[in-house]
Amino acid sequence: MTAVGAPTGISQGSRTRGGVGESTLRPDGVLKVTGAFAYASDMWHEDMLWGQILRSTVAHAEIVSVDTSEALATPGVYAVMTYDDLPTGVRHYGLEIRDTPVLAHGKVRHHGEPVAIVAADHPETARRAAARITVEYRELPLVTDEASATAPGAVLVHEHRTDHHAAHVPHPNIVHRQPIVRGDADAAAGRADVIVTGDYSFGMQDQAFLGPESGLAVPGEDGGVDLYIATQWLHSDLRQIAPVLGLPEDRVRMTLSGVGGAFGGREDLSMQIHACLLALRTGKPVKMVYNRFESFFGHVHRHPARLHYEHGATRDGRLTHVRCRIVLDGGAYASASPAVVGNAASLSVGPYVCDDVDIEALALYSNNPPCGAMRGFGAVQACFAYEAQMDKVARELGLDPVEFRRINAMEQGTLMPTGQSVDSPAPVAELLRRIKAMPMPPERQWESSEGADVRQLPGGLSNTTHGEGVVRGVGYAVGIKNVGFSEGFDDYSTARVRLEAAGGRPVVTVHTAMAEVGQGGVTVHAQIARTELGVTQVTIEPADTRVGSAGSTSASRQTYVTGGAVKHACEQVRERVLDIGRRRFGSHHPAWAGAGLLLEGGKVVTDGGEVLADLVDVLEDEVIEVEREWRHRPTEPFDPRTGQGNGHVQYSFAAHRAVVEVDTELGLVKVVELACAQDVGKALNPLSVIGQIQGGTVQGLGIALMEEVVVDPVTAEVKNPSFTDYLLPTILDTPALPVDVLELADDHAPYGLRGVGEAPTLSSTLAVLAAVRDATGLALDRTPVRPEHLTGTA
Amino acid sequence: MRVNLTVNGRPQQADDVWEGESLLYVLRERMGLPGSKNACEQGECGSCTVRLDGVPVCSCLVAAGQAEGREVVTVEGLAEFARRRAEGGAAPGARAGQSASLDAARRWQAGGTDSQTGEHIELAPIQQAFIDAGAVQCGFCTPGLLVAADEMLERHPDPSDEDVREALSGNLCRCTGYETIMDAVRLAAARRSEEARA
Amino acid sequence: MDFLRPADWEEALAAKAEHPTAVPIAGGTDVMVEINFGHRRPEYLMDLGRVGDLAEWEVGEDCVRLGAAVPYTRIMEHLSAELPGLALASHTVASPQIRNRGGVGGNLGTASPAGDAHPALLAAGAEVEAASVRGVRRIPIDAFYTGVKRNALEPDELIRAVHVAKADGPQQFSKVGTRNAMVIAVCAFGLALHPATRTVRTGIGSAAPTPVRAGAAEEFLNAVLEEGGLWENGKIVTPSAVKRFAELCAAACDPIDDVRGTADYRRHAVGVMARRTFTWTWESYRGARRTTEGAV
Repeated sequence: MTAVGAPTGISQGSRTRGGVGESTLRPDGVLKVTGAFAYASDMWHEDMLWGQILRSTVAHAEIVSVDTSEALATPGVYAVMTYDDLPTGVRHYGLEIRDTPVLAHGKVRHHGEPVAIVAADHPETARRAAARITVEYRELPLVTDEASATAPGAVLVHEHRTDHHAAHVPHPNIVHRQPIVRGDADAAAGRADVIVTGDYSFGMQDQAFLGPESGLAVPGEDGGVDLYIATQWLHSDLRQIAPVLGLPEDRVRMTLSGVGGAFGGREDLSMQIHACLLALRTGKPVKMVYNRFESFFGHVHRHPARLHYEHGATRDGRLTHVRCRIVLDGGAYASASPAVVGNAASLSVGPYVCDDVDIEALALYSNNPPCGAMRGFGAVQACFAYEAQMDKVARELGLDPVEFRRINAMEQGTLMPTGQSVDSPAPVAELLRRIKAMPMPPERQWESSEGADVRQLPGGLSNTTHGEGVVRGVGYAVGIKNVGFSEGFDDYSTARVRLEAAGGRPVVTVHTAMAEVGQGGVTVHAQIARTELGVTQVTIEPADTRVGSAGSTSASRQTYVTGGAVKHACEQVRERVLDIGRRRFGSHHPAWAGAGLLLEGGKVVTDGGEVLADLVDVLEDEVIEVEREWRHRPTEPFDPRTGQGNGHVQYSFAAHRAVVEVDTELGLVKVVELACAQDVGKALNPLSVIGQIQGGTVQGLGIALMEEVVVDPVTAEVKNPSFTDYLLPTILDTPALPVDVLELADDHAPYGLRGVGEAPTLSSTLAVLAAVRDATGLALDRTPVRPEHLTGTA
Repeated sequence: MRVNLTVNGRPQQADDVWEGESLLYVLRERMGLPGSKNACEQGECGSCTVRLDGVPVCSCLVAAGQAEGREVVTVEGLAEFARRRAEGGAAPGARAGQSASLDAARRWQAGGTDSQTGEHIELAPIQQAFIDAGAVQCGFCTPGLLVAADEMLERHPDPSDEDVREALSGNLCRCTGYETIMDAVRLAAARRSEEARA
Repeated sequence: MDFLRPADWEEALAAKAEHPTAVPIAGGTDVMVEINFGHRRPEYLMDLGRVGDLAEWEVGEDCVRLGAAVPYTRIMEHLSAELPGLALASHTVASPQIRNRGGVGGNLGTASPAGDAHPALLAAGAEVEAASVRGVRRIPIDAFYTGVKRNALEPDELIRAVHVAKADGPQQFSKVGTRNAMVIAVCAFGLALHPATRTVRTGIGSAAPTPVRAGAAEEFLNAVLEEGGLWENGKIVTPSAVKRFAELCAAACDPIDDVRGTADYRRHAVGVMARRTFTWTWESYRGARRTTEGAV
């Protein structure tokens, strides 16, 4: 771990154990390794029922009839509900656009859409009862791609749109469209010595968090409901759930249960409303747990995309212009599509200087599975294409691809295509330099005295090569991702911090609604509290809706925003405790009157280190509790015509180098090493930071080589909803992952930190693909690259 | 039907078991042992790995009735199991399972106040190593990985990296990218060999 | 659903005779997936886990009698000398956890073209020991696979064991999947040299409705080896002959396009695997021959 650049302003408590900057261990670690950590699917309640969803078997159809009588007559069944049983007039939900029916009404728009729900005393009873519901469909023509979406007379996925994007889109089957025009791309193209175009296609990726969608809804005596749920944003869920149930928000009490990963896939609702409906209908607790098959239908996926790019450059390697058109398939419902469009458009040029751009990004409505948030959304798809283009242009110019990138690398002060100035460090060239300077892994590492170790060769345990056909390749890529919610969204978090003396020592309690999904936010909150308040003993309260919103655990924003809120609340607590101290002890020592008092090691100290008082003595019986909202700098919407505007609050950068070995005859790939250099501003917890970078890196590897939700182009049905056929990288597919961390402070952010989670997923994919291209000499314009694409047998 | 088996050294009985239920379901929903996880229920992720008569298996693919009369060790009993092994006894431990009640949703935060706590809870060396190496993020893959890794180190105290990868190739993790899991297993092996030398 | 727990083989056969729809379950690695996902609701589930000898094997003079439920892990660990092809195939089955439970009986019972054991059994030459209350019969492996996920068993029969000839020469197994572990075969290839009979046998998985042998390829290669006296002189097989052999293996495929791979890729990959596995085994044969001769 290397630190360079400016010191990153830790104001307090650097001498308190377990504070900011240390690799403090997870507070939930012991529970997680002993099996005692309660995930959503582990919830259990006396007399609970099991909920089950019946999903559509076709992608686009009118529902002619639904017959639930046989299901209701099944012994052990307590309730069967359809659209007609919904309690209020609010029967749709959605993150930004409320276009998703709680249960299908009149028609279904994608394969796997919920049509009816069942509660029974055993999951098998519920499954059987659901299977006895008869639904008659009359199939409708399908919208599956841009051509079928915008053809004259195309069937509309949503008729009578009234959402706020409807007026700006060129066709009702387009959710949202964002052009960005800056400079004069036509004129700049005239200055280009080379012009390179490319068409790329990006596959649909699944978040594939391991903990399936689950929750337990318990009806309350007050007519309300308690919901224990795995989600990314409790308050966003709440805003969508309560109106459908016809309950005020304070009677839908939500508690975060253990979350088995998220990666964007829990930003939308899944079974939340269904479980509550069944609980309220039956008067009994209802547990719902998706199995893996259902999970593939139960959450949105990463948008597949078609991308067309044109890059121009001068002979000396400077970009003249970029033109691109990015078409994202949003599927049947909007979910996060508008924001994905905004990211794809605004980040479409990558971390490069280019003043003349002509960009268009849009998302379609179609009858494919709904797509929405996934780690790095919008930016991931764009990076795949612009980095492929950068390699192509470099080759055309006869330049080293890393050198070509360095020549065009943005830096602090560079203007984005949106006209926004990047106003914190943008060490793109430095990241590239570092990644290139890392030592290369040894050649033919699979050779040993006992022969070839197939586990280190393409094909692995399957014993396909002992070295035959194996060619090494190296690839580089760098990416840019925005941090936090953009385009004028009021992105804030709330933290409640309490300081008191208990058992003769000061203790701090931190309460937020932040969804801990594995990222380690709970660890960081405790560290911040220790640093700010000089107290070792910190309790993190369960996340629930008894405290204000913490925003979403997404967009790499939680350490920044909820971490910022915790810091801010701690600072207020510190002021209060110092006030008390001054009142009680001010006359004892002149230093009380001075500025720069610190809390360290449970004591009030001067900046010179002199101890003024023990915190417990200052506090006595007082309990200091502060709840504060905290927001990052405001952003603005992009102009709907020109795309200009200060739309993002912060940018993050990562670069990768991939070394692969390809069995060129069989088209099998072994990634030998996948190294990353990333600027994190300030690593609040270096161990967690590295964990995020490595995890994101391997998700990018998955996109490159194996992960794709395959949708039948004729029926729009999902062909591989299982871990048998949707392949995630195993530990044998995953190489050594060296990480080089830079810490260049962003002065606008708490502790100078920069959101970490997403950037590594961007460049990882393209670095792997670039390395495969290097090994094979093939163009490879899609993800994932499968054996048939490498052997001319697709 | 009724199923009797020994779980973590303690005799357990489950009644009214549906014949199609898996051992995983019985452990999780009938015996209050939800530590074994339900990530795929098709033998493709390893999150439900338990030891059945000593052998690591996916409990989701064992019919409950097949476990009749057998001995099962789950992550909940791993610490005790490892301790007895270290003491030279072969029998698995008798640690009682905790049922995940509503309160469990709150318990982890309430109990795990910070990283310095937890010292009083007995952990197997592999469990401690996973915590220390940062191999736990969301933690859903962790129980299965721990059972698999512990068994691998039992057979193979000084494994090469490729041996570790092969032994753990049936356990998917979506958070870590596996590097810290490798670190954890290396750490557990190194600590063990240090102990052996001492 | 009823759960049948026969205590021994006779009870199992009696139960299967009484309930021909009963689904036998041993390792559970196929059956339980289908039950967990509601794809199968058998009337009777019959646990064979208590029938002890199903998990045992005997190494005879010329042949190994392999109990239907011997876990793949055991085959890898204990039978790699006698059944090298099957041991290699076993090593590619799913994950360690699955290999600890699953056995050849399950592969044969399910008769999926993607079962990893099939190409090795075809190449080695095996007989399936099927039993019922009516008696015991041995079904040659070439006659066992009758259609997609269909086999030659009668409704009242159970698979008790597989009889596989002990290797008299080098054997190999390769399988293509889209990741480096825990993967279902896109296609697979098994090859065994049988110096005792001067023959080469093959097996192809996942590239036709059933596991198949590449008959024409075997005949071609047998002729090449015969005509050149290569079994005796241990000379190399010409690249053009190996190429032709690989082409004939590819031509023996009758694959489909599916989510795991294209038909064209499967044909192509089978050809590559045929060439490589033959090269590996032939080099090994020549090497062993040289060593033997050197010793003489």
